[in-house]
Amino acid sequence: MNTDWLPPEKCLLTGNEASVEGALLGGCRFFVAYPITPQNEVIGRMSWRMEEVGGVFIQAESEVASINIMLGASCAGVRVMTSSSSPGISLMQEGISYMASMGMPCVISNVQRGGPGLGDIGPSQGDYFQATRGGGHGDYHCIVLSPYSGQEVMELTKIAFDLADQWRTPTIILGDAQIGQMMEPVIFKGVQPVDVENMPPKPWALTGAKGRPFKFHRSYLGGKGELEGHNEKLQAKYRDLLRSFPGWQEVTGPEDADILLVAYGSTARVCKGLVEEPPEGLEGKLRLFRPKSVWPYPYAALKEEAMKAKCVLTVEMCSGQMVQDVRLALEGARPVFFAGRVGQGVPTSDQIARKALDILAGRALPAGVISFRGDE
Amino acid sequence: MTQTTEKIIYRRPEVLQERNFHFCPGCGHGIAHRILAEALEESGMAERAVGVSPVGCGVVTYFYIGIDWQEAPHGRAPAVATGIKRSRPDLLVLTYQGDGDLAAIGTGEFVHCANRGENITSIFINNGLYAMTAGQMAPTTPIGRRTSTTPKGRTIARDGYPLRVCEMLAPLDGTAYLERIALTDPKSVRQAKKGILKAFQYQMEGRGYTLIELLSPCPTHWRMKPVDAIKRIKEEVLPIFPTGVIKDVGK
Repeated sequence: MNTDWLPPEKCLLTGNEASVEGALLGGCRFFVAYPITPQNEVIGRMSWRMEEVGGVFIQAESEVASINIMLGASCAGVRVMTSSSSPGISLMQEGISYMASMGMPCVISNVQRGGPGLGDIGPSQGDYFQATRGGGHGDYHCIVLSPYSGQEVMELTKIAFDLADQWRTPTIILGDAQIGQMMEPVIFKGVQPVDVENMPPKPWALTGAKGRPFKFHRSYLGGKGELEGHNEKLQAKYRDLLRSFPGWQEVTGPEDADILLVAYGSTARVCKGLVEEPPEGLEGKLRLFRPKSVWPYPYAALKEEAMKAKCVLTVEMCSGQMVQDVRLALEGARPVFFAGRVGQGVPTSDQIARKALDILAGRALPAGVISFRGDE
Repeated sequence: MTQTTEKIIYRRPEVLQERNFHFCPGCGHGIAHRILAEALEESGMAERAVGVSPVGCGVVTYFYIGIDWQEAPHGRAPAVATGIKRSRPDLLVLTYQGDGDLAAIGTGEFVHCANRGENITSIFINNGLYAMTAGQMAPTTPIGRRTSTTPKGRTIARDGYPLRVCEMLAPLDGTAYLERIALTDPKSVRQAKKGILKAFQYQMEGRGYTLIELLSPCPTHWRMKPVDAIKRIKEEVLPIFPTGVIKDVGK
């Protein structure tokens, strides 16, 4: 195996650049994308790094083309990735739905920016529902991983290729503009690259029907009972997946804290700071539950941790989307509060601390049906 | 004992599956499938070929032609084919697309596939309407033609002009071979197979994008007898879509 291209043991990289290295280490040898801020460092770095590993790089004419070129590379058996940001990911939903139906593995990086519409290029977590509830038409899911640092972008992107192949499903890396643009050290020491010449075979790949019967992949299933039978199998696959992969998380802070903060990505970064250096009045009161995967969502682990606290405070860069999963996990066992911003910025530690103090003082309302923040 | 010498001059190509077509009587898809199967066999590439099937009447091409197939979302076949061909340049990669699929919703994909000079062959069926969805106007519908969305006939003012795909592609440097043939008579049908074989040859020589446009009858949605549909191609379609080799970089 050629290893000339491997990154040094330690690099100062943006999260976007780290995703390129994670992909190459994960055996990605085909990359196709369309420019969009704030992920341009991905397509920029990949344009020369992919050549160094002898893979294929294509700058497509649109995100619609990107996802369908991905479909082609995936059905040919190659580990393939695209990178984009929210509006571009919307354009890909048709292709993702087809790939989910036909069991085509691929990795999609969404460096989330503000929406709806053209929105803004700043960080956001407004695509949570889109990512975790399928996103396109039909009844399907994608695996969704949620890194909160450059290091984790690299590690989760690498492992995403294994998950995608194992479960034959599109897999999404749900980052955000801040994680993507922030530059920090990334440690590669001890990270083993996938040996692309010795990967598990893909007997379903289309390679030309030499010496075997021909085969085809389709999502049009118009025969009597065909679609229902196909979808039953798809749902059985998701159940197997959920049984063997109940989700990943990291929990930090004192076990006897009153408030369990729940956040992923950039907001988790702010919450972690609060837990590690709590302001006056919150010493020992805060703990953080940080999902590293949001589909599968670590429901059971969250409930277990939440039962140790008096209440839960979910923090997001949107009007409240993941908070629904938090409420699903707790099934009413603990009150769930929400703090968030709906555009152009990460919630500050002061903002979150104020909310926590209000909760402790009995001045805040839990997330409701219409008003999640409780103060609208 | 007399010795008789029998020579088979016409038979079903092995790659064409023994399965009844779902196409309507007099439809051009059956002819197009047959010559595509013959071309795959005669080129010796059937076992190294991957086709990309469209959305439309051609969607289940994979039931009839025994090569590996990938189904594409509507109009996206040239993008899917790009992914396959770049992953496995040794394969013969083709798309089979109608005029709604290629010339309307897939405009971005085929133009840029051609402009990148992808070594892919598109078989483009032009019957002047959307047949699968009940006969609506396509970009290729002639002016004046009645369809289910142009009940009084296509007008320039409301619907614009028929799109000539081969002529549109010819100036692009990435294209290597473009030919339009009408599936109206045995001579033309044989010529269509020759065109497909040439396109395959150019593809495997790495000369760029190749497209064979087949003017094809749709008696059901043209609401006429199959023989009259053939006559209509000769009288009404050929003046708008002239047949012949529109581009050949080998010349």
